[in-house]
Amino acid sequence: MKYVVLIYSNPAAWASLPAGEADRVIKVHNDLIDELTGSGEFLNIYRLAGAGTARTVALHDGVPAVTDGPFGESKEVLASLWEIDVDGVERAVEIAGVLTPHATVEVRPLMDAAGMEM
Amino acid sequence: MSGATQVEELLRELAPQVTGTLVRRYGQFDLCEDAVQEALLAASVQWPETGIPERPRGWLVTVASRRLTDQVRGESARRRREETVAARSPADELVTPGPEADLPAANDDALTLLFLCCHPALSPPSQVALTLRAVGGLTTAQVARAFLVPEATMAQRISRAKQRIKAAGARFAMPPPAERAERLRVVLQVLYLIFNEGYAASSGPDLQRADLTSEAIRLARELHRLLPGDGEVAGLLALMLLTDARRPARTRPDGSLVPLAEQDRSRWDAGAVAEGVALVTGTLARAPLGPYQLQAAIAAVHDEAARAEDTDWRQILVLYELLERVAPSPVVTLNHAVAVAMVRGPRAGLELLATLDGDDRLAGHHRLDAVRAHLLELAGDREAARERYRAAARATTSLPEQRYLESRAARLGP
Repeated sequence: MKYVVLIYSNPAAWASLPAGEADRVIKVHNDLIDELTGSGEFLNIYRLAGAGTARTVALHDGVPAVTDGPFGESKEVLASLWEIDVDGVERAVEIAGVLTPHATVEVRPLMDAAGMEM
Repeated sequence: MSGATQVEELLRELAPQVTGTLVRRYGQFDLCEDAVQEALLAASVQWPETGIPERPRGWLVTVASRRLTDQVRGESARRRREETVAARSPADELVTPGPEADLPAANDDALTLLFLCCHPALSPPSQVALTLRAVGGLTTAQVARAFLVPEATMAQRISRAKQRIKAAGARFAMPPPAERAERLRVVLQVLYLIFNEGYAASSGPDLQRADLTSEAIRLARELHRLLPGDGEVAGLLALMLLTDARRPARTRPDGSLVPLAEQDRSRWDAGAVAEGVALVTGTLARAPLGPYQLQAAIAAVHDEAARAEDTDWRQILVLYELLERVAPSPVVTLNHAVAVAMVRGPRAGLELLATLDGDDRLAGHHRLDAVRAHLLELAGDREAARERYRAAARATTSLPEQRYLESRAARLGP
């Protein structure tokens, strides 16, 4: 079952972490990528550039209008996106759990082009 | 048949035999399996050009043995693969006499290999991947394409699976008699998993993946040839044939799913239906009952009805009652409830369905809502049916199923 793992974090909080702590968290992420690669569960990672480089596009009076920065008011922004292939939601949640220091993580199944008639 | 196709079919047939021969001679399943892959790759490049050697099996055994020696000497696998593609030695030059003497053991080897690839220490996806490569003779790239994952990921899964087998201390030998039934159950499960993966995909754009049905049928057919007296092996093969027979009618040209009751039955594969029916009829008469035989029998009753309204639901109901006894599961109960509804009315079906409420194994599963919607629709409760169809559509992770469930909801009004 394929899932995306969406990792949200607060850039301001991240920037104020003590240096050792940031390195520790990065190592946790990299170790997890190695582990999932080894087990054949890791498919892909997209590391997103800083939220300040985002452009949000939405209709205003029927015309697409562009604003700088990410969508929404939240202080937490999407930081990276992983694609994994695991046995089920329990395993996806277990993986997300490892990533939670200084982040909020959402796991979501990807839709499948296959299906069974009923 | 083109030369390349002929070569590929021959190689896939020989793959498990060659692996078996090597492992019996040298041990080290993991290394032997790699060496055979390389020999297969070399053959698939050379044979279409030079012709199939007189003794293809011997050729593969010899080339794979050399690869194995190279490997033991520590050459890098990457370099060997490059050389494999570049190599252009005349096919028969490489052959040393003798390997055909291994032939009588070939059948046992293929079976032993299948048991090893479906070792219980492996996760189902690893069992599937390793079986397709080592027994099915598919390349890692083909297996990766079939499961829509990067080749590197699939390579990792296969090599991890082989390490696990090694760590579990498994040997290249048939499981002891006391374990054989349980081990065979796992093998059948793996083949059925491969079949379903392909069957589900035949509604979508992933044709590589849809080929898995024919591969699963091929492997089940081979297993049935090796174990002709086993009722469940025959049952699984029959179930695959009877299900796959409906494939031409199960989708519309736009890819949307057609439910069984609305399929154009003239498009079903009559040959596959006849073969499946004969298999399941024969095995039910002599082998002890098992879940695959019962599911095949149910599929046979469906397939034998000329029109949906001719379906012998009473017989199907009896078969589901047996299945509930032999192999109870919430999914069986779901289907059983449909049969109850068709014989005793939708309210009776809904009552049986209610027994599944609160069953954790089905929590959040869209099929419970989809079946409930269907039975509510039969009962004439359009509003409740629409709600359940919508709930099922929200919960499914399959695009064609979602589209089908939404269309059913839309048919029932705003």
